[in-house]
Amino acid sequence: MTAAPALSVPVTPADNASPAWSLPDRGKVGMMCFIIAESAIFTIVVVAYLFYLGKSLSGPTPRDVLETPIFYTICLLSSSVTIHLAVTRLKRDASLSFLALWLLTIVLGGLFMYGTAQEWRRLIYEHGLTISTNLFGTTYYSLVGLHAFHVTVGLVMLAVVLLLGLTGRVRVAQSARVDVLSMYWHFVDVVWVVVFTVVYVIGR
Amino acid sequence: MASDVMAMHGAQTDRPTWVETLHAWVTTVDHKRIGLLYILYALLFLVIAGIEALVMRIQLLSAHNDFVSPQVFNQMFTMHGTTMIFFVAMPILFGFGNYLVPLMIGARDMAFPRLNAFSFWLSAVSGFVLYFSFLGGSGLYGAGTAPDVGWWAYAPLTARAFSPGSSSDYWTIAVLVSGFGSVAAAVNLIATIVCMRCPGMTLGRMPLLAWLYLTMSLMVLIGLTPLSAAQLMLLADRYLGAHFFDTQAGGSATLWMHFFWIFGHPEVYILIIPCFAFMSEIIPVFSRKPIFGYPVMVAATVCIAFVSMSVWAHHMFTVGMNSYANTFFMITTMAVGVPTGIKIFNWLGTMWGGRIQFKTPMLFAIAFLFQFLIAGLTGIMMAAAPFDWQLSLSYFVVAHFHYVIVGGILFALFAAFYYWYPKVTGRMLSERLGQLHFWLFVLGFHITFDPMHFAGLLGMPRRIYTYEPGRGWDAINLIVSIGAVIQAVAILVFVVNLILSYWKGARAGKDPWDAWTLEWSVSSPPPAYNFASIPTVASRRPLWDVKHPDDPDSRYE
Repeated sequence: MTAAPALSVPVTPADNASPAWSLPDRGKVGMMCFIIAESAIFTIVVVAYLFYLGKSLSGPTPRDVLETPIFYTICLLSSSVTIHLAVTRLKRDASLSFLALWLLTIVLGGLFMYGTAQEWRRLIYEHGLTISTNLFGTTYYSLVGLHAFHVTVGLVMLAVVLLLGLTGRVRVAQSARVDVLSMYWHFVDVVWVVVFTVVYVIGR
Repeated sequence: MASDVMAMHGAQTDRPTWVETLHAWVTTVDHKRIGLLYILYALLFLVIAGIEALVMRIQLLSAHNDFVSPQVFNQMFTMHGTTMIFFVAMPILFGFGNYLVPLMIGARDMAFPRLNAFSFWLSAVSGFVLYFSFLGGSGLYGAGTAPDVGWWAYAPLTARAFSPGSSSDYWTIAVLVSGFGSVAAAVNLIATIVCMRCPGMTLGRMPLLAWLYLTMSLMVLIGLTPLSAAQLMLLADRYLGAHFFDTQAGGSATLWMHFFWIFGHPEVYILIIPCFAFMSEIIPVFSRKPIFGYPVMVAATVCIAFVSMSVWAHHMFTVGMNSYANTFFMITTMAVGVPTGIKIFNWLGTMWGGRIQFKTPMLFAIAFLFQFLIAGLTGIMMAAAPFDWQLSLSYFVVAHFHYVIVGGILFALFAAFYYWYPKVTGRMLSERLGQLHFWLFVLGFHITFDPMHFAGLLGMPRRIYTYEPGRGWDAINLIVSIGAVIQAVAILVFVVNLILSYWKGARAGKDPWDAWTLEWSVSSPPPAYNFASIPTVASRRPLWDVKHPDDPDSRYE
């Protein structure tokens, strides 16, 4: 082909475009879309959980073995508050309190994962419930496990931001990106509210 | 392509070595190159899956034929269906979207260029994983075992007991990974359309193509992910001993059907909506009129997206649902025909009173209108549950959905190829070969798929590898197979046209069709940066405004 020809730009005669042309932030829109897609995945797994409630051909049943994890639920839900506060601190360039709140978020998320690990250990070793025991085991480990997987991924990303923050690379300029990550964390928390309701309230 | 690539970068004099060219294509994050990679990759798989279809048609040529074994026949229809949906239709439509959307909304690239490359390579790898099953489907036991569970892989066929070895796992993983790629591509398209439009391009001024890709991408987010979830459950069943679809432990095979079709039916609309998008760009340009009823077209599309999410169980009338469920899915399925009908009328309204130019893209577009209408009508027939009880799993169904997918989607894709090829390559596709391609393909299409309806009405079940003589199916199957060969010849003409015109085609210039959307304002092929300065638009047809400053659209919208 020949060299690049001159480009004409169609500037239309009646240019009534608003002088302040602004569109939504692509990071936020992208994360919203991702959250919609994830919600659909969780919906299907929740539907499977509800569909198979009480259909196990053998024990143990949820009523026998599940204990409501109130403390760890409070940990996870309050981590939503701390991450929100952390992001507002970052936007005000208060780096130190940002890092402190961010670390607190990771600790709370980590506590939640510890709680899940304890629950699984108890179910497996004391009650002999594994994913292949019965339909309850199948759906319980899939749903709670899918959520725990998302918490783990979130914790890894939070830890990356913490390391970057400790080396002084997370500043006001990065607050929009950190905000996008916090959207994911809020989503993980909201999913837990659903999982909690389905598994520990309705499911028993 | 090398010379082209150079032109995009301006006046470099020394040609790159082929290693440099390959490296540039493999590592590219340019939306145009990724779009082309998607399209070329899909064309490769189109040929492969087409050959699989021909194998089936040769086998069914006459009664008691033994061209292939029953096992191979099962593998052929499984691979044909899976490939055509996941590795031809999806990537080719994402390819066109990738290439066109940024150009049409006045952006320099997609919102997330690296995510874009990631989506493509996920799709690419998953296609090759699927085809590796021909070599490694039985693990170390032997060779030559592609998946044979059908493209919807009903439980319990996929259980370990009935599907030993790894062939079903290749299918599961390929479909799962390509699903992740599609979701990533959809996220990217939405973010691009929502956040990257040039100044002045309000939602009401977007080209319809952008609107329709936005709708389609939203559908991908909530339509494809149920399948991903179901595939994860299937993997858990096969590898962790879970019981989701294990009927012996109280699991439900019907649940898999629901999950599959919650994906499966929206998928049809995910595929057809971009084709509506091509129609909505091509028909106005060749009718020399603006699109008729732009806001209604947008509303109808969004309406289709909503309604099509609640029609899935019309694939399951024969499973034995209760009459309330049957009635619900019957009504929703018929209701989805209403917005679709509105769209057809709007395209006809666009053509009505226009100065229609019967160029190859327009020929394919007109054939699309006829064939898609018939496909929709047989769809309405089967939406009636009692009719479906009679004809479900027969060749009538095969004829119906091939009318949608070949008569609708593939014809629209050919129209899009002839329409945008000049923009992509800077050369026109040969009009003579194009006409030959069109008439051969129309002929082959109708010879293949029209008689299939009658085979179905005469009771021929789908997915049978052979049949008894004297049931009235012999002549029909012979005709159908002849039609398939004619289609293959037409595709060959198309491929020859694509290759020949790349070097021999007439120079296209910027705007060969005298069109109105932004992609025609830049050189053909477009420079890597698309727009030297970001355009500003004041109407739905910015190029019309430029060409007719005395009477711009912006005065009326």
